[in-house]
Amino acid sequence: MERIPILRLRDCLLVTIQVDMHDQLALTLQDDLTELIVRHQARGVLIDISALEIVDSFIGRMLSNIAAMARILDAVTVVVGMRPAVAITLVELGLEMPGVRTALNVDAGMRLIERALEEERQAGHGRSKG
Amino acid sequence: MVVLKAESLTIATQEDVVRVRQTTRAWAAEIGFSLVNQTKLVTAASELARNTMLYGGGGTVLLESINDSIRAGLRMTFEDEGPGIADIETALTDGYTTGGGLGLGLSGSKRLVDEFNIWSEPGRGTRITILRWR
Ligand SMILES: Nc1ncnc2c1ncn2[C@@H]1O[C@H](COP(=O)(O)OP(=O)(O)O)[C@@H](O)[C@H]1O
Ligand SMILES: [Mg+2]
Repeated sequence: MERIPILRLRDCLLVTIQVDMHDQLALTLQDDLTELIVRHQARGVLIDISALEIVDSFIGRMLSNIAAMARILDAVTVVVGMRPAVAITLVELGLEMPGVRTALNVDAGMRLIERALEEERQAGHGRSKG
Repeated sequence: MVVLKAESLTIATQEDVVRVRQTTRAWAAEIGFSLVNQTKLVTAASELARNTMLYGGGGTVLLESINDSIRAGLRMTFEDEGPGIADIETALTDGYTTGGGLGLGLSGSKRLVDEFNIWSEPGRGTRITILRWR
């Protein structure tokens, strides 16, 4: 079956969406990510959508679902690289993505994940690393 | 109003929905829409094509590159012979869905275009025409 590749970097999962996904492919990605978060005890999920020319309500819902699922599994999700035209269109479409953190690029996204995890450690929440 | 070019696409599968997005993008670029307006058109087309496939049981979309002496535009007509929509006003409400979606396809795509016309009759089908001027 066709799949979007997921990379693992230390305790983070990285996804770069490079194709125009049909709906089933998006659902498969959602399931694969959830499974890998558990299998690798991942703490961060970084999704690079800089190649995506649009985000419609289906993809928006997928991103929200991934963030919600990751949250339950004690991982932080950051979506990076949203194109300005996509962001403008999302607002007009009326799509909000609760729980989805965003950053401009992969570097900023990784820093955001690290900072969020560091804050949790200091607050004494979340799993201990290991 | 002059139709400069027209093409009809079948919408039966998820891959067809992808093809509608890609064709819409190519046409919008060719007509000379800005990047933001191309994105709005493709997003609206994606929402309506998915509805045609999912709720309408498949159908067609007609793309038309149009001109009205002062401006150019893209018109798209999505048509199916599915169950139709009993209460159009409710279906056009943000968040209303019968399919577990976000309920933003109709209301949202309406906001993304200049003209939005919907005809639907229970048991006969649904036809939605959108138009955006460049
Ligand atoms: N072509 C169609 N044929 C029949 N019903 C439709 C069609 N398009 C939309 N609908 C109805 O309108 C509702 C709202 O559609 P939409 O705004 O796209 O939200 P969603 O797709 O998330 O449900 C759908 O849940 C469905 O009941
Ligand atoms: Mg829809």
